Amino acid sequence: MTLLDLANPTKFLSLTARVLPWLAGATAILLLIGLYQSAMAPDDYQQGATVKIMFIHVPNAWLMFVWGVMSLSALGTLVWRHPLADVAAKAAAPIGAAFTFLALVTGSLWGRPMWGTYWEWDARLTSVLILFLMYLGLIALWRAVDDPSRAARAAAILTLVGAINLPIIKFSVDWWNTLHQPASVMRMGGPSLDKAFLIPLLVMAVGFSLLFVTLHLAAMRNEILRRRVRALQMMQASQQAA
Amino acid sequence: MALGPYASFIVTSYALVTAMVLILIVWIAIDYRRQQARLRELEASGVTRRSGRNATDI
Repeated sequence: MTLLDLANPTKFLSLTARVLPWLAGATAILLLIGLYQSAMAPDDYQQGATVKIMFIHVPNAWLMFVWGVMSLSALGTLVWRHPLADVAAKAAAPIGAAFTFLALVTGSLWGRPMWGTYWEWDARLTSVLILFLMYLGLIALWRAVDDPSRAARAAAILTLVGAINLPIIKFSVDWWNTLHQPASVMRMGGPSLDKAFLIPLLVMAVGFSLLFVTLHLAAMRNEILRRRVRALQMMQASQQAA
Repeated sequence: MALGPYASFIVTSYALVTAMVLILIVWIAIDYRRQQARLRELEASGVTRRSGRNATDI
């Protein structure tokens, strides 16, 4: 099966049916290992046990960049007008919104004991909140427009415009003086974290990434079936009208 | 494993993430069943795909 074959919804569904159980199994195993390692990780000399929140906050924060995947799909919708591109973007949006919400809430719960506040209107926190609101807006747009092809084009344009926020989120901690700490894993000169924290964090990050892939493929399968239902309903309506 | 004075913040964070992941899994599973049921209904009413395959065939 070539990459081009996957652009065919029927072949994509067939591949998804075969791959999903394996992906789900690998995700569960990795997350269980990551949770065990997180539980066994030592306390940080400054943060104490609250460092354990990092093992779930950071993977969720990385996954809010699902918007980047959606931006690539938006290009596929606008340039090649491929229906699977819109399916991919539409299926990813609620999952990306959920991960962004979790990044905000776990960050807030980590911030209260460490910073003394649940929320601060600094550049990182505010730009992530804007991203979350953009996810909600995009989901609302897909639901508001009945015609899928019109909704796809409008959503693709909004997605590409919203992608401007991604570098702002990433570099906000470098460009402005923020309460949020600078990057400690993806930075010039390598990670600044000790291995005792870095390894569980990376295992959890890979686990959550696999979780996203699994959920995304399953949600794409549902979206393809939803469009098949719509096509058949239209066919049924035209048969009844004839 | 002692979680110290901020145990409630740590436990709440993990509980929220677990709950949200479970909600996503259940929501996607229910949606899949709903679409399959709709396709079966359409198939039962005699509507067929242009390819001639059953509506629920992958």
